[in-house]
Amino acid sequence: MSQTSASAASLGFLSCHSCGLLSQSPPHSHGLRCPRCDAALHARKPDSISRSWAFLIAAMISYIPANLLPMMMTSTLFGTESDTIMSGVVYFWTSGSWYLALIIFTASILVPMLKMIALMLLLVTTQLRLRWQPGQRAKLYRLVEIVGKWSMLDVYVVAIMVALVQLKGLATILPGPGAIAFGSVVVLTMFSAMAFDPRLIWDPVEENAKND
Amino acid sequence: MNSQPLIACHECDLLQHEVALPEGGVAHCPRCGAELYRSHPESLERTLALTAGAIILFVIANSFPIIGIKLSGHEIQTSLFHSVRLLYDDGMTSVAALVMVTTIIMPALQLLTMIYLLLPLRMGQVPPHCALVFRTLHGVQPWAMVEVLMLGVLVSLVKLAGLAHVVPGIALWSFGALMLVMAAIAATFDPRALWLKMAATQ
Repeated sequence: MSQTSASAASLGFLSCHSCGLLSQSPPHSHGLRCPRCDAALHARKPDSISRSWAFLIAAMISYIPANLLPMMMTSTLFGTESDTIMSGVVYFWTSGSWYLALIIFTASILVPMLKMIALMLLLVTTQLRLRWQPGQRAKLYRLVEIVGKWSMLDVYVVAIMVALVQLKGLATILPGPGAIAFGSVVVLTMFSAMAFDPRLIWDPVEENAKND
Repeated sequence: MNSQPLIACHECDLLQHEVALPEGGVAHCPRCGAELYRSHPESLERTLALTAGAIILFVIANSFPIIGIKLSGHEIQTSLFHSVRLLYDDGMTSVAALVMVTTIIMPALQLLTMIYLLLPLRMGQVPPHCALVFRTLHGVQPWAMVEVLMLGVLVSLVKLAGLAHVVPGIALWSFGALMLVMAAIAATFDPRALWLKMAATQ
C-alpha cells in the first residue's frame, strides 16, 4: 500500500467522523461542516480527553452501587430476597449452571471493570503523550468499543424476569435500584469510549518521528 | 505520482492512497491495523433485501410474546413492550427508557433510515435530507443491542426453567432471526458504495 507517513491533520486535511470524506481545511477556520454529509468537522474530537475522563469517573462511581445494591427483589410466600449481581452468579454456580454463572460474571462484572481499567490506561498514556506501544493501545481501544454493549445483559434479564414472575400470592419479582446504577455504568462507559479520540494515541509518535 | 484518491484512517488519521481491492478483499491501515474499507459485491442491493426482511422480523418480534411461564394454573406471557411497561409502572423510569431505547427505538431507527436511503436509490432517486438521515444512521448503530437482548432472554429462560414450565413464544424465534439478519446487514452494508451511488445518481 502506498502511504505517506503523516496524519491527514498535519497536512491540512480533515477526515469526516461520520462519512469518512477527506476535505481540505483552510487554516484557522472554525465551525466547518462536511461538504458531503454536513457533520461537524474537527481535526480531533473537541476536548476528547477531559470529556472521556468525566464520563469514566461518573461510571466508576456508579459501579459501586451497581454491585452493592440489589438488581431484583423476589418476594415469595416465605419472604423477600434481594439479589445483587454477585449473588446471582453464586446462585448459578452452586445450582450447577456453571456456564451461566460464567456468562453473567464475564458480562456484568469482568467486562465493565476491564473496560474501565482499559479506558483509564488509554487516557493516562494519551494525556502524558507517551509513545509506548501505540499499536497495542489502538487494538485495546477497538476491543473496548466492541465489548461495551454486552454488559447490558443483566438489565435485560431483570426486565424479562420482572415481567414474567408476577404470580399474585406465590411469587413476584420487582426491579431493584442496582439496575439503575448498572444501566448507568454501561451507558457512561460507552459515552466515555465515544468521547475518546484514538487518533490522539498517534500524534506524539508522529511528532517524534518528525524531530528525528 | 499516484492517481488513486487519498483517504485518512479513521482511527489514527494516517493519510494514504486508496488501493483497488479484489472481490471480498479488506484494506487495513498499515500503521494501526484498523479496517479502512472492504469490497462488498452488490452491497447496496443485498443490504436493501436484508433490511426489508429485518423490518418484517422486527414487526413480528415486537407484536408477539417472547416467553411465557406456566405455574400451578397461572399462565403469564410477556412481549418486549409489556416488560418495558411493567418496569415503568414499578417506578424504574430510567431502566424502562434504557431498555426501550436500545431494543426497540434504536433498531427501528436503524432499519428505517437504512430503507429510507436504499429504496429510493434503487429506483434511481436520491431521497431528500439524505445527509441528515445518514448521520442519524451512523449515530444510532452503536446503541441498537438486539443481540445482547437475545442473550438476556436466553439467560432468563434458563433462570426460569428451574421455577416453572417455560413456553418460548413466537417473538423469541423472530428475535433470534432478527439478530442474525442485522449482523448480516452490518457485514454487507458499505457506506462508501452508498455515497458513490448517490453522487452518480444526482
